[in-house]
Amino acid sequence: MTSAIKVEGLSKRYTLGLTHSGSIRELVNSAAGRLLRRTPDRDAESKKSFWALSDLNFDVKQGDTVGVIGRNGAGKSTLLKILSRITSPTVGRAELVGRVASLLEVGTGFHPELTGRENLYLNGTILGMTRQEVNRQFDAIVDFAGVEKFIDTPVKRYSSGMKVRLGFAVAAHLEPEILIVDEVLAVGDVDFQRKCFGKMDDVARSGRTILFVSHNMAAVNQLCRTGIVLDHGTTQGSQPIADAIDLYMKKAPGAQRDGYFSVQPASEKDAISEIQVSQEGNDLGTVRHDRDIDARFRLQLAENRSTLKLSVAVCDRLQQKIFTASIDISDQEAAGELEVTLRIRGRFLMPGRYSFIAGLLDSRSNLLDWHRFVCSFEIENVGDELIAGNQDYGLVFGEHQWLTTTKH
Amino acid sequence: MNEKERIVIEPPSGFAHLGLREVYRYRDLLMLLALRDISARFRQSIVGYGWAILRPLVTVMIYTLVFSLFVRIETEQPYVIFAFAGLIPWLYFSQAITSVTGSIVGGGAMLSKVYFPRLVLPLAKVAVGLIEVVLQLAVLAGVMAWYQYTPGWSLAALPLFLAIAMVTALGFGIWLTALNVKYRDVGMALPFLVQIWMYLCPIIYPISLVRDKHPSFYQYYTLNPMVSVIEGFRWSLLGGDAPDWMAVIRASVVISVILITGLVYFRRVERTFADII
Repeated sequence: MTSAIKVEGLSKRYTLGLTHSGSIRELVNSAAGRLLRRTPDRDAESKKSFWALSDLNFDVKQGDTVGVIGRNGAGKSTLLKILSRITSPTVGRAELVGRVASLLEVGTGFHPELTGRENLYLNGTILGMTRQEVNRQFDAIVDFAGVEKFIDTPVKRYSSGMKVRLGFAVAAHLEPEILIVDEVLAVGDVDFQRKCFGKMDDVARSGRTILFVSHNMAAVNQLCRTGIVLDHGTTQGSQPIADAIDLYMKKAPGAQRDGYFSVQPASEKDAISEIQVSQEGNDLGTVRHDRDIDARFRLQLAENRSTLKLSVAVCDRLQQKIFTASIDISDQEAAGELEVTLRIRGRFLMPGRYSFIAGLLDSRSNLLDWHRFVCSFEIENVGDELIAGNQDYGLVFGEHQWLTTTKH
Repeated sequence: MNEKERIVIEPPSGFAHLGLREVYRYRDLLMLLALRDISARFRQSIVGYGWAILRPLVTVMIYTLVFSLFVRIETEQPYVIFAFAGLIPWLYFSQAITSVTGSIVGGGAMLSKVYFPRLVLPLAKVAVGLIEVVLQLAVLAGVMAWYQYTPGWSLAALPLFLAIAMVTALGFGIWLTALNVKYRDVGMALPFLVQIWMYLCPIIYPISLVRDKHPSFYQYYTLNPMVSVIEGFRWSLLGGDAPDWMAVIRASVVISVILITGLVYFRRVERTFADII
């Protein structure tokens, strides 16, 4: 297989601060500086810039579907912009073989006063089609978008969903050899999202190359075979999607202190000193929904302690308790430090953001030390039949059984 | 598989070719953008394209009132058609240079989301005003008939002068639109510039005022391509003195230099548009 995208040493530097929005005054200043033979201050210059991407190297084979994943600010958008030739790299090169269509936003260039039909042609040609190509695909596009009735209505009268549908429909029918898609599918209803994924699947199956950027691990997992993890503008190259998702998860705690909580309690006092979320032995801030999740509580216990119980409640993002668990630690001999781990079964909590309420109680159920809504962490959807859409599926994967009887 | 296009993305180097072939490949987009502007221009307005006629008509009436009744400027033709014939290319030019200058900043959303040859945006704007020129010429024909003026064979030269007006708007506009991305001062200064420029053109006064009374100033005066355009329009439509062909040639040289340097500059900076817009 030949490569469709080849990236070598690609880097992009952005200048920080207001130097972009130059005005005549700044031009004059810099010209005056040059006239006076003042050498530009190199240090100040390097402080004012930052590398959004540094030395990226990867290869995408023809016909592959690649998920580009990374946290906010990891450089995903910058990479896409360079590959779609919107901005140019500072160093390095990229080579793309075949016609490229990039969909960084649906409905780019829609003019509110023009009708759907006029905008469809305009949008198609902006994305690189000729008018004849649009002609040929016209019915298919309108059909896919489901806007037949409104095709001669100005786009400003469209609902936002209709605009998105029309925009995606145009892009989906581009027939490019390389399709670059940013997280545009987050908009639109579930049915349409499914339709989009179906279309992208078709595109992938017909041997074209797809580069798909998303925060939605479920979507990435479902659609892509290969993944590229971006972390602060760097990458380890492409790898199988499962490995990429794992790597992405592991990167999390360093980036933000999700899944970790610590305090320095006063000595000679029973207290909770640390909480850490982990999965399969790795300390994480973001965990997979389908595997067991561990929460490790480090307790400081005084010599003649009165504590009997550790009580923990898991709360959702709305700070509502999902469930409470408690452990009797009265027969633990150790004074000093004690670690207890609460294991939450995999595929029990729905993907989302969670935190803990944790407290130490004495024999009369008095709270000795407690923390509310701490150690917040994320459970990420890594692909699951039940929750494929983007709806509210409740708080937990409830344990249940279906019983069917056939009536004659 | 060899015929597949291969795109190489590299940091911009100092040298950039004009990339006109790519613009040609995107000609459908160019046309649709122009059509979009034309058809969206007067939508949801009652008078619609009547505005294209109403504006010059009212302007000409005011000019006639002020410069023919109050100030009494002597012209070869009746002042109404004299002013009208000069105003048509000027209105086109001022509208074109303004919209060309605003084209890149105005297309910001598109620029940061999708690739296409950036040159398409200013090019599309140049064509938009032409339809108004046609409408205004039709009205002028009516006014001329009223004054019993009929254009002679010189009418054939009209497209030439219209072309010079287009290239002038494009040449200056490309410079300004590229500069406007980085220095928004350009956008601020433009309306002012256009206003001054108008007084430097023989629209409300005949060129003979400059030529005969200030001959030493005249040769600099005619470096302004719009002087030749306006004189050319008047001659093509109303007859009378032939334009100063030397001035036309000089103006053409001026505008060629501006257009070509503008294109080179535009190509040099266009890759940074998305970053600084």
